[in-house]
Amino acid sequence: MRSIRRSAADLGFWALCSLGLMMIVGPAVWIVVGLLRSALPLISFRLLAQDTAHLGLQNAIVGTLVLGLGVLVIAGPVGVGAGIYLSEFAGRRLASVARFFPEILAGVPSIVVGYAAYVLLVVRFHWGYSLLAAILAPSALVTPYVVKSTEVALRQLPTSLRDGARALGLPTVTTLRRVLLPPALPGIVNGMVVALAISTGETAPLLYTAGFSDANPTPSLLHHPVGYLTYVVYTDIQLPSARMHQLANAAADVTLLVLLALILVGRLLGYHSARRAARMSL
Amino acid sequence: MARPEEHTTRSRDRVGTPWAGEGAGPRAPRPAAYPGRVRARLTGRSAVEHGLRALCLAAALAPLLMLLVVTATLLVSALPAIRFSGLDFFTGRVFSFGNLYGGTPTVHHGVAAPHNASYGAAPLIVGTLLTSVIALVVAVPIAVGGALVLVERIPRRLQGGLSIFLELLAGIPSVVFGLWALLVLGPLLAQHVYPTLARLGVLVPFLRGPVGNGQGLLTASLMLAVMIVPIVAATTRDLLRTVPVLHKEAALALGMTRFEAVRVVTLPFVRNGIAAAAILGWARALGETMAVLMVSGNALNIFPYNLYAPTTTIAATIAAMLDSALTDATGMGVSALAEAGLALLTITLLTNWIGRQIARRTAGVPLPVGRGF
Repeated sequence: MRSIRRSAADLGFWALCSLGLMMIVGPAVWIVVGLLRSALPLISFRLLAQDTAHLGLQNAIVGTLVLGLGVLVIAGPVGVGAGIYLSEFAGRRLASVARFFPEILAGVPSIVVGYAAYVLLVVRFHWGYSLLAAILAPSALVTPYVVKSTEVALRQLPTSLRDGARALGLPTVTTLRRVLLPPALPGIVNGMVVALAISTGETAPLLYTAGFSDANPTPSLLHHPVGYLTYVVYTDIQLPSARMHQLANAAADVTLLVLLALILVGRLLGYHSARRAARMSL
Repeated sequence: MARPEEHTTRSRDRVGTPWAGEGAGPRAPRPAAYPGRVRARLTGRSAVEHGLRALCLAAALAPLLMLLVVTATLLVSALPAIRFSGLDFFTGRVFSFGNLYGGTPTVHHGVAAPHNASYGAAPLIVGTLLTSVIALVVAVPIAVGGALVLVERIPRRLQGGLSIFLELLAGIPSVVFGLWALLVLGPLLAQHVYPTLARLGVLVPFLRGPVGNGQGLLTASLMLAVMIVPIVAATTRDLLRTVPVLHKEAALALGMTRFEAVRVVTLPFVRNGIAAAAILGWARALGETMAVLMVSGNALNIFPYNLYAPTTTIAATIAAMLDSALTDATGMGVSALAEAGLALLTITLLTNWIGRQIARRTAGVPLPVGRGF
């Protein structure tokens, strides 16, 4: 028989742990539902049609999209290349060294990267507040996520795939292109989705690289500031006007909706690649 | 799932290159002896493969290059400020760009700065450490407890669904956290919770005094706690799944309660991994910028006098003050902020490195990259 004291301790412990779980789920629901409830009514077609000078968000939404696209163009190939190298080409020892740097890079505070980009790109290189600087700074921050997911996606593949390709005498390049990359694709794309999600939500690396502009982004990479959503959230909530506050809330809402969509896509891709890996390893 | 290290380059080389199968038959000439095209066919390494290899190597070196560029840029930019302030940077209590609109520049250690400029970062450093440590103290028990319930008591089918909330917390942008803490959490705490806490100030001096408007040390710390919970919880969850079932069952068969089994078997098994995850979470709290900037109360040059006092951090200061640093004609303002950034970079690199070393040496689960996605 367990003593009452031990049973009580057991009960108390699990009650406290459940409280912990509630304090994880609670804030997540609180933030998302709270923001959606207060800001969804503020979302209207007007936001898309007008720029921020006229209480719309057109330039910010377009800017965020362009920046996200640019980050994918830079971080995507670099991350996938590095991931392929780590999983396919590097020896065990070299891989463990080369794996270390992306991990460390992901831990660098975003404002530090933003500040370095400001000093080097905006000032030293005379780029000014510009699209290119605003793409490079967050790219550095999110590349590690693409590296990691590419490497993991390739390593998860069953050994039999590689053995089969080798038995057929396929060159490495063909093996990669025809045998390994297709089944690893959902995992790799998932990494890009995560990278996109994080860069969409970032503000600190953009503050002093993108500047801000009330006009839509121009095709020129240098010397033209770019507007983006998170800046509107940060700035307009500090302005002394109810309509500006509404605009900040609406911008936060749009950012959050984009993120929710990306998390959902990531989930589906992760589920898809896990099922695929499980099916193949039989 | 099989550990990914299983198929290495070595095994491929052994199969892929005919001469590597030592033993039987006459020794084949070394491939270097053949002309290029023949060598390519024998080794299976064409020009295309060499090209791909080189490209991928370049990509793999890119993160190292980025780290070096960031560090070197900050270091070069910070040098004048380092020479100007010396050790005063760590002990000085006043961080001020001085008179930016006139007055004779002060020259100190051969470097000119605006009149009355002083770059003492002690309040920033204290604020950074205080907010992040309080956040860590709050977050770790919540994360570990939540992960324990999730893995040990909740059916596997529901675990995936509940894990979405971790991803959600990891994915919410920091400005949205800031907005929430500024508009919802801060006012709520200041009205209903802090006054009660302040009454306990009879016993604990740090709880005494005015509770303010909800923007300050404790609000920022609690918000940071919510932000770092996903890193710690997700790692702990993955670690808990690696605990051998037999050990747990043995503990239960001895008549232990589940709590005792957790205490005796599970926690010792995952302790080091949790420590590593906590250090990683700490690094994230140290470097968080926008959210802290929005709710810290942006104190200037004061140490927090109680738990609700306005404060600021290194990261928030860099974001907030660069605008005015730009108007400093001597360039010393930008340089001083670079020094602050360099200090922050050093702290976070160290914490990251230590956390990952602990994880590599002792825990079987790789730490998550960055935010804990």
